[in-house]
Amino acid sequence: MISVSGFLGQAFAILLALVLAPLLSGWVGQCRAWFQSRSAPPLLLPYYMLQKLFNKEVVLAHNASSLFRAAPFVIFGCMVLACAIVPTLSTDLPFAPSADALALVGIFGLARIFIALAGMDIGTAFGSLGGRREMLIGFLAEPALLMVFFTLAMIAQSTSLATIVETLAHREPVIYPSLAFAGVAFTFVSLAENARVPVDNPATHLELTMIHEAMILEYTGRHLALIEWAASLKLYAYSCLGLALFFPWGIAPGDDILALIAAIPLLLFKLAIGGFLLAGIETINAKMRIFRAPEFLGIAFMLAVLGLLVRLLLEVRV
Amino acid sequence: MDFFVLMLAIPLVSGALLTIVGERDWAPNLNVVASLGTFLAAVGLTGEIVANGPRFAFGEQFFIDSLNVFFVALTAFVGLTTSIFSGPYMKIERDRGRLTKPRLRLYKSMYQLFMFTMLAALTTNNLGILWVAMEAATLTTVLLVSLYRTPASLEAAWKYFILCGVGIAQALFGTVLLYFAAERVLGATGNALLWTHLVDVKSQLEPTIMALSFIFLLVGYGTKVGLAPLHNWLPDAHAEGPTPVSAVLSGLLLNVALYAILRCKVLADGALPEGYAGNLMIGFGLFTLLVAAFFLSRQKDVKRMFAYSSIEHMGLITFAFGMGGPVANFAGLLHMTMHSLTKSAIFFAVGHATQKTETQLMENIRGLIKINPLIGWGLMLGTLAILGMPPFGVFASEFMILTHAMKHYPWATPILLLALGVAFASIFGKVQAMVFGETTARRLPHAPAIMPVFLHLGIVLMLGLYIPPYLTRWFHEASRMLG
Amino acid sequence: MTPSIPLSAQLINLFAAVILLLAFAMLAQRRMHSLVNLFALQGLALCLATLVAAVTTGQVHLYFSAGLTLLLKVVALPWILYRLVRQLNIKGDVEALINIPTTMLVGIGLVMVAFNVALPISELSHTITRGTLGIALAVIMLAFLMMITRQKAISQVVGFLSMENGLFLAATSATYGMPMVVELGIALDVLVGMIILGVFFFQIRDQFDSLDIRHMEKLKDS
Repeated sequence: MISVSGFLGQAFAILLALVLAPLLSGWVGQCRAWFQSRSAPPLLLPYYMLQKLFNKEVVLAHNASSLFRAAPFVIFGCMVLACAIVPTLSTDLPFAPSADALALVGIFGLARIFIALAGMDIGTAFGSLGGRREMLIGFLAEPALLMVFFTLAMIAQSTSLATIVETLAHREPVIYPSLAFAGVAFTFVSLAENARVPVDNPATHLELTMIHEAMILEYTGRHLALIEWAASLKLYAYSCLGLALFFPWGIAPGDDILALIAAIPLLLFKLAIGGFLLAGIETINAKMRIFRAPEFLGIAFMLAVLGLLVRLLLEVRV
Repeated sequence: MDFFVLMLAIPLVSGALLTIVGERDWAPNLNVVASLGTFLAAVGLTGEIVANGPRFAFGEQFFIDSLNVFFVALTAFVGLTTSIFSGPYMKIERDRGRLTKPRLRLYKSMYQLFMFTMLAALTTNNLGILWVAMEAATLTTVLLVSLYRTPASLEAAWKYFILCGVGIAQALFGTVLLYFAAERVLGATGNALLWTHLVDVKSQLEPTIMALSFIFLLVGYGTKVGLAPLHNWLPDAHAEGPTPVSAVLSGLLLNVALYAILRCKVLADGALPEGYAGNLMIGFGLFTLLVAAFFLSRQKDVKRMFAYSSIEHMGLITFAFGMGGPVANFAGLLHMTMHSLTKSAIFFAVGHATQKTETQLMENIRGLIKINPLIGWGLMLGTLAILGMPPFGVFASEFMILTHAMKHYPWATPILLLALGVAFASIFGKVQAMVFGETTARRLPHAPAIMPVFLHLGIVLMLGLYIPPYLTRWFHEASRMLG
Repeated sequence: MTPSIPLSAQLINLFAAVILLLAFAMLAQRRMHSLVNLFALQGLALCLATLVAAVTTGQVHLYFSAGLTLLLKVVALPWILYRLVRQLNIKGDVEALINIPTTMLVGIGLVMVAFNVALPISELSHTITRGTLGIALAVIMLAFLMMITRQKAISQVVGFLSMENGLFLAATSATYGMPMVVELGIALDVLVGMIILGVFFFQIRDQFDSLDIRHMEKLKDS
């Protein structure tokens, strides 16, 4: 039952993700600069970075194993797949049946394991430090993310992302108080997962407490380019997921080409707002000490559980 | 002139008046006169109720029947004697430099407002107003407890405020639930919280809601009664506040809170299966009794010790009302009266004793009988009375409670006897040492007010020997109302 | 899920959920100033919930109630609290007795208890917003928890007031308001209580040189 428009839509969504992801990163960086009254870097900076890195020679450590070389491709692949199953423009995604919300968490988990292993592979102190921290964060963030998905799955009676978004976007509007809790929890998790400010600082690899940057210190050339690209894809995937779940208006309901086309500017607009807000959050918060991160994610988990409870109490009629 | 309006208006107006005029030489007298006026109005009201039966006031917002008029009379009486006692007591405190003029002004106006809130709580027909008045009573007494502004009294007042605030919040939730249940029967009108209306439909109230509501009400108002495990505020507040405040807290406020529980119990009994509310009260009562009895033996501060004794008696009374039935209710009401009178008399005696020796530690209070035989004997007799020695009235009520418990709740008898025995041993031994023995204390600059002590004890003694028939009738009627 | 729940009920449910969310945020909050902010926000959510209930049922006294909430809980009390924080010069963190994640875990447990207790009652209710009773109970319990776990006197008071918010939510949303006299009385009590406490804080600070209630543990038995 894969329709042509569905297939086209899917292909277009992936392409859009690949193109837009670095732009989103650039936009967030620019907003941050504005907030902090610095002169802003060019919007297209991430593209220049990618181009520069792809043209550079790869330098490998002597003791790098094949895992170290394979990891960037796996990570990049995971993120592309993740972007493919998150409904960005339309809910008619041929890939969607292959992976539901829980599998999405698994895909993110797979990428995390590879990046952590790659970080440890070289055997530098920073790499293993970052890897350990990354696993700690992931270990805490995943249950919270799962709880968010459970709440949504209870609303939609399905764990398929496409169905969830379909339910939220195209049924008669109902206010779900549980979504307020889930939304806040999801924001927390996204900040942690994307190495954003309260948990990690994406802008520097000079801090001893860094997580993400510590793991990829040894990467160069196209490997680094792929990882950077994957990171921006992850941010894009999370942003689109958040927008699709909590602000689903305007996502095309299936094989409606016009709606699909109309969805594009809306998506750009929503992403721009989202990036702006993300930069705002990053500016007003200070990076927390690493041992506070479990507390931060613990709160996210509790909020997600609370969302589930509220869902049970307020919205389910026996 | 309507006695009821007078009774509520006098303390309110005089409270305001005492605030405005400030501390003058005649202010203590005004305090006494106002209390006397309140008492006379209460007596008039009592006569009216006894003659004509229950009545309403201010529409249906206030309701006086034989149950609460009895508390009203008691409250007004103890209020009067306490105001008489506090005159000389406060003068001595001022001379010793523990209190300044503004504080004395605060004391008197808050005392009158406190009387007002208690009388309003007792006579209101609206369970919401009952809550409001109880909370207001807490607020006024918080200021009274912290009157000395010492670290210890501030701590006590803070604890009092927070614990009672939390407790009373539970009671409000219980009231909301009650309203929730009532609204289903009576509709969302202003009548749905009026006790007289609720009593008429009590069997139709939803049992699920009422069960939960009563638990919240019992725990909430129970905090103010001093039921364990929420009794922690009580010893502190009694020990650190001025003694007249301890006397009214013990003698009156606890009663009023218990009265609130009784009113709610009548409703709960109607809606719930037999014994639900009663068993809860029996459980809380016995637990409180035991906890208090065992804490009694460890006390060093005389006011603290008698505060624990109050908790113990409240536990006993709660137990008695929990058993229910005309006999136990009669005994409970009688015991409340006896406890009020005796305990306030003891606090009067203790107040003067601590002023003489300038300490509240029992090991430093010795030979009261040599300093002032009246105070010494007052304390001794009061202690004997509160411990349930015949021929005092407490004996009669405790005896009734015990025999009733033996008949209907035999398993509770050993617990009761054990608690009463422990209490007897711990209090008697300590008081005996305080009353007899050698001392070096000085005379007081002002003559203490001994009259209230013996007035109270005289009444207790009389009621122990002979209860006038009209009083018996009155008690019987009230206990029948409680079901 | 029945999509036929009227919008007003949905809105009240939403505000109730927000109040619960804010109660949790208060539990997790470390800074005094933000705590007062959260309290004011909670008051605002309560006011809006009451307002929606008022518009739905057309009961006049609910409008009063909403106005009263706005005046008292959003304007007056936070203002008093801000003043107190400033004048008493309370700085830095609100130190909790138990660490915050544990507190939150206990909080989740309390919410479950509250929801379970309220469930049989909610099913009996004929008002459309019956679920809010459970939320109100949960807010009360969370506020209670906050009072237990906090050391500064002023955050205990914020906990106390937050408990009052929960009670008001129960009264207005679950039963569409208590009789007017009662509500007025409650509001008066809260205000007077707050003023007394304000005076009290200064006395406590003068006596103890701190608002930390750890200093206030002298009165003990034995």
